[in-house]
Amino acid sequence: MTAYSIGSEILQILLLLFAAPAFTGWVRTVKCRMQGRTYAGICQPYRNIRKLFAKEVILAENASWIFRSTPYIVFGVTVLIGGIIPFISVDLPFAATADVIALVMLFAIIRFFTALAGMDIGTAFGGMGSSREMTISSLAEPAMLMAVFTVSLAANSTSLTHMVDVIGHGEFILRPSLAFAVLAFIMVHLTETGRVPVDNPATHLELTMIHEAMILEYSGRHLALIEWAGMMKLFLFSVLGISIFCPWGIAASGDPAGLFLSLLLLVLKLAVLGVVVVLIETGLAKMRLFRLTEFLGTAFLLATLGMLSFFILE
Amino acid sequence: MNALHERLVAQLGEAAMQLEDLRPADVPLLLVPREQFNEAARTMKYQEARLVAEWASDETLLAGGYGIYACFSKGSDFLVVKCVAPEDDPAFPTITRKYAAAYRFERQMHSLMGVTPLGSPDLRPWIKFEDWPEDAWPLRKTFDSRTRMPRVPGDYRWIRAEGEGVYEIPVGPVHAGIIEPGHFRFQAMGEEILNLEERLGYVHKGIEKRFEALSWEDGARLAGRVSGDTTVAHSCCYCQAVESMAECTPPERALWLRAIMLERERIANHLGDIGAICNDVAFAFLFFQCNILKEQIVRTNFQLFQQRFLKDKIVPGGVTVDLSDEGIDCMLRELEEFSKKFEQLIVIYDNNASLEDRVRETGIFSMEKAKDLGTVGIVARASGLDLDIRLQRPAAPYDIIVPRVSVQQAGDVNARVWVRIDEIRESVRLLREMLYNLPTGEICAEFIPPLSQASGLAFVEGWRGEIMYWVQAGKAGEVNRCMVRDPSSLNWLGLEQSIHGNIVPDFPVCNKSFNQSYSGNDL
Repeated sequence: MTAYSIGSEILQILLLLFAAPAFTGWVRTVKCRMQGRTYAGICQPYRNIRKLFAKEVILAENASWIFRSTPYIVFGVTVLIGGIIPFISVDLPFAATADVIALVMLFAIIRFFTALAGMDIGTAFGGMGSSREMTISSLAEPAMLMAVFTVSLAANSTSLTHMVDVIGHGEFILRPSLAFAVLAFIMVHLTETGRVPVDNPATHLELTMIHEAMILEYSGRHLALIEWAGMMKLFLFSVLGISIFCPWGIAASGDPAGLFLSLLLLVLKLAVLGVVVVLIETGLAKMRLFRLTEFLGTAFLLATLGMLSFFILE
Repeated sequence: MNALHERLVAQLGEAAMQLEDLRPADVPLLLVPREQFNEAARTMKYQEARLVAEWASDETLLAGGYGIYACFSKGSDFLVVKCVAPEDDPAFPTITRKYAAAYRFERQMHSLMGVTPLGSPDLRPWIKFEDWPEDAWPLRKTFDSRTRMPRVPGDYRWIRAEGEGVYEIPVGPVHAGIIEPGHFRFQAMGEEILNLEERLGYVHKGIEKRFEALSWEDGARLAGRVSGDTTVAHSCCYCQAVESMAECTPPERALWLRAIMLERERIANHLGDIGAICNDVAFAFLFFQCNILKEQIVRTNFQLFQQRFLKDKIVPGGVTVDLSDEGIDCMLRELEEFSKKFEQLIVIYDNNASLEDRVRETGIFSMEKAKDLGTVGIVARASGLDLDIRLQRPAAPYDIIVPRVSVQQAGDVNARVWVRIDEIRESVRLLREMLYNLPTGEICAEFIPPLSQASGLAFVEGWRGEIMYWVQAGKAGEVNRCMVRDPSSLNWLGLEQSIHGNIVPDFPVCNKSFNQSYSGNDL
């Protein structure tokens, strides 16, 4: 373990913590521009988080330890994931502890506790949100696994750093399997991060909410942590997609000088990805809830096709 | 003598007596014996007339007893049937079993006036809450409006649905968005809605009682505050009612200016609704674009009439603000600009498949139900009913400039959006015609308070639909009773019926496509 690898690990986690709100701010800014509005700038999410930390926590009388500890678990696990996904450098000591399957399971832990917390208070909305979230996740997780498996087939490994290394620094091959996988991944990305056309992050309508319904009862620092973790999740899914499908420019191991270029390229890629997300969000209405099965079924099918095409063509 | 009148006289014979108090004179008022009140309703039902409103008036200071009224209509024919419930036995036979829509009217009469509809299947309080003493009847003359009510323990029997996997979702009265308060209780099975029950009354302000303490002129201001988004139509309707009682005819120009304001109100609110419906399915682009257009309309209102929502511009006898020639030019230019932008937005609405997928076949309100419940306005027109008071009772300038009514057959959210789109286009056309042909002259006539014991009835097609006012003068020429019937009182029933079989997350967009007034219903 070198100073470089530890340094890139720390850099990654700091980036995740402090750049994630800016990415959310960027997405919102672009979205506002698309709708013909002005926006408070990409720093607004930071102000929101600061404001929420300053507010007192109001707890329901029947809130159990699950409800109280969920924000910390969610936040902690999200930061942990940031140490596993290589998005600045492939030389991450931490990444050896978990491969891509473990990664999907870590996301599942977040969801598990959020759903439990949603039901913990016993309001109708929380339970409704939890039930919807679990329905969706049971469809999204297989699609996500299939998509990343397709990539791991190409790299002959389920280790994320190895996968990224092979695609980013190996010989450039046009892989039709990845084209299918990237489409499936985008669909899962929109689902997991609760964007339109799956969920509407800006809605005030309790009856239509999925993710928001589960966290309706949170306030103060609890809400701040959950919101922050939500922004990190958006960031993580975006950089995961970038790392797997478009990793070119990411710093190789033992290449400290590459870090700067890697960072610069990441910012550029994220900016473009943000615009793509917004284009999808602005051009589409939210799907009817039961259409989601078709949507995620399509994602699963695409990922499976990707896998098949790997065996047939590559 | 219109067809309804004829039929009722033929059915009841000598028992039906025509009274001469009601203005305008083309709406007959028939007094029937109390026992035959539901017989009259049955006759009307056989004639396929719709129930426009049912209400009670405390007439203890006039002829004595409580007047029970029901207004029926079929096509252009209107008829008011009255019976009298004596003070020592304030009861009357229910008409709920003939007209489903009457059940809320009668619950309200029972709660607020203390007259009992005998044989009614549902006597739970309505508008009045269960924590008020049961014998507190605010609309009675003996009730002092300054009374502080003691709170009593009470219970409201909700409709229940039971069974494996059935659960209940209570929503409101306080909602997450900035909207009015109302409680909705869903019984759902998974995501499918089995039943929805509404509970309204959270914005009850005692408006009908308040009218009785105000002068005729101040009443117009209060009417303008019944429902903030419909201020023009409500004050216009109130003024029409009292003007017909006082036999005061506003100058032609005033009537035209009122119509101009009405159409502008219609455009502004329809725009807001179309945007809000899109926002509820997360298509925010149209929401913001429609709101920009709406804002431009109300800004022009401010520029030309000094009030964004045209509040308090209509008074008994006429209007308080005139439109100069520059104002007419300004408005014509605005309409030109507006039409262009609006049509662009409609193309976007029409071409977006994901949007269409959400609004089509969502919240279908069938024509039979719309007819049975007597719904009016956009809701009725989106379900295939050709109802528009501007055509059924044309008043100037609608007798010359005739609106084309948009009727859609589908009855879903999409149909309700298209009725609104067509009405905006139509309103723009009407506005242009009115502006080109605006007569010259005075804008206000002198208003002389009406004679004692006269009563007046008026209908105005507000943007939600047909608004009705019935105003009765007391012995000393004061307001004895002012009954307000916003279209919401009928259309809220429609929402409950249109939601069956839909899924829970589709409720908000259904509700938005109805967009009924809480304030206008709760009064």
